[in-house]
Amino acid sequence: MPELRYVDALNQAHHEEMARDERVVVLGEDVGRKGGVFGVTAGLYEAFGEERVIDSPLAESSIAGVAIGMAANGLLPIAEFQFADFIHPAFNQIVSEAARMRYRSNGSYGCPVVFRAPYGGSHGTALYHSQSVESLYAHVPGLKVVAPSTPYDAKGLLKSAVRDPDPVLFLEHKRAYRIVRGEVPEGDYTVPIGPAAVRRQGSDLSVFAFGWMLHEALRAAEAVAAEGISAEVVDLRSLKPLDKETILASVAKTNRALIIYEDNRFCGYGAEIAALIAEEAFDSLDAPVMRLAGPDVPGIPYSKPLEEWFFIDQARIAAAMRRLAAY
Amino acid sequence: MAVHETRTAALHTALGLSDQDVLDMYYYIALARALDDRMWVLQRAGKAMFVISGPGHEGCQVGAMWAMDKQHDWFVPFYRSVAACLVKGMTPKDMLLGLFARATDPSSGGRQMPGHYSHPRLKILSTSSPVGTQYPHAVGIAYAAKLRKTGEITMVSIGDGGTSQGDWHESLNWAGIYKLPVIFVVENNFYAISVPLRKQVAGENIAARAAGYGMPGVVADGSDVLECYRVAREAYERAKRGEGPTLIEYRVQRLGSHSSDDQQERYRPREEIEAARQRDPLLTFRAYLESVGLLTEERYQALMARIRREIDEATDAAEAEPLPDPATALRHLFATQHDPAFYRPDDQIPGPHPPHPWLSSGSGPQGLGRGDEGDA
Repeated sequence: MPELRYVDALNQAHHEEMARDERVVVLGEDVGRKGGVFGVTAGLYEAFGEERVIDSPLAESSIAGVAIGMAANGLLPIAEFQFADFIHPAFNQIVSEAARMRYRSNGSYGCPVVFRAPYGGSHGTALYHSQSVESLYAHVPGLKVVAPSTPYDAKGLLKSAVRDPDPVLFLEHKRAYRIVRGEVPEGDYTVPIGPAAVRRQGSDLSVFAFGWMLHEALRAAEAVAAEGISAEVVDLRSLKPLDKETILASVAKTNRALIIYEDNRFCGYGAEIAALIAEEAFDSLDAPVMRLAGPDVPGIPYSKPLEEWFFIDQARIAAAMRRLAAY
Repeated sequence: MAVHETRTAALHTALGLSDQDVLDMYYYIALARALDDRMWVLQRAGKAMFVISGPGHEGCQVGAMWAMDKQHDWFVPFYRSVAACLVKGMTPKDMLLGLFARATDPSSGGRQMPGHYSHPRLKILSTSSPVGTQYPHAVGIAYAAKLRKTGEITMVSIGDGGTSQGDWHESLNWAGIYKLPVIFVVENNFYAISVPLRKQVAGENIAARAAGYGMPGVVADGSDVLECYRVAREAYERAKRGEGPTLIEYRVQRLGSHSSDDQQERYRPREEIEAARQRDPLLTFRAYLESVGLLTEERYQALMARIRREIDEATDAAEAEPLPDPATALRHLFATQHDPAFYRPDDQIPGPHPPHPWLSSGSGPQGLGRGDEGDA
């Protein structure tokens, strides 16, 4: 099986879906000739033409809004936001329109749009190229939110999102694009939106993570294993809907839960998982639920020492694992 | 008198409208007004929580929609589009079902406030309450129509206040760049709730903004129904020829308050409201039809009697329909039914969509955004 980078797996999914179904179109800033600022849409313009690979005006609200209208009239649009930090002008279109279309029309109109956005911190990304926006959207009924961490899932989940009859916010971790590699089958397969994946079995504590944090958590689990701490690592993949059963089964097994997310801690996505465990697995717990999350500052500050201060890395996760295991 | 009749009769016939056309147009204007009056009475009588509608806007709406292919084309309405939606094919009962928030309300099943019209079979797109968001949707529908070569034209409506929104400007820009088959209608009644046009639109000329977006902008008097039709027909033919969008500014009279929660007497001078009533398209178009000898007093009375009967019957029929069952309140969050927040392993994961008819046959749209059938 060929080993691909995360970005190439996404690119392959685009090519295959556009070839498979003529209704699929791509729109966004620089998605055409340039192939996207991260190269996710590379080669689509040449393969499928400018009518289906649309270099949009620099206007995020209408990128979302036009995609919604396209979907109402028989197309399956993939709308790219250049960075998740710039999706905010489209918040109204995604939240008030896409997510509510089916409910408000009593099931008579759907909104099969994929909204793609690179999120999360990498080096030099600063306040406005580093944000994690998942909790803003996971809160909204009628919207699905996925965040793959592996190339295999990136391709399979994107295909599921394109074929889904409802709007999906597809969050791609920008640090994963060129660093994370993995086996990706050639040709068609899908990964269903919904189920989580247990990436590492363990018995002493459960770690719940997604995106780049999953990889840091796996490295940390490796490190503490040498000290005799057995950490189970669960890749959430689908943030909404959420695979409640896999989370609860893991906590029932390990009796300890560590939730990791890169977004600001306060009201972040991990708070919902903490609440779920508190409400439904209280009797299983041997320790308080622990969250390791980004500081409550508006994005990752630019300068190196400030960046280091913000990042959640393998060492910090390992330290949190030790504290939790020792409780 | 005979000379006068000949000259004015030529007005609608010269536009390609038959005598029956203009009589039908008047019927819709009067029907919309009667429905409007009824909705306000029902609200005041405590049978509806809220009403928002378009008294004074009917002439331009009927004129504009008359230019469209009512079966084939798309319409993206706003909350004043009572008359336009009636011409497009909704019935008074359809609209009253929304007012009464009944389970069988075709727009939303009683989920949205009244005035949020939607009808997939009639290609009327569901709309929300934030102002301006419907404009990009019309652009997307038009883009899809152009890509799929369906020949559909899309008309979208908004008020003067909505032209301040970024979505409005972004939409004109998109449509201008891609020369899309869309007609942008602005029903300028000179007030956004209470804020007058001079505090809303710098220069007070909405149509002039079209120039910046590479399309023609035209102004028509909303009291002149035939002129409203004429400019819409020109825009329609231009779109059909592949020459792109047109911005139409209809200058209309707002005869009532913004909504049932507003009292326009607090911010509009009495003389201005009175002057607006003199420009009511219901009066001006009736005068035209009388002047060309098409609407005799006898015919007028028969028409009004028919409309009263239709509104009465629609009111009774709509009120008799059941209210929604709270047990259905979780339905239609997604196309497949499952717990809205959590995945359950026994859920049906939606599979690939069936092949789309337009791919093979090139026929019109069937999917309409894939509404779900029942609760799956």
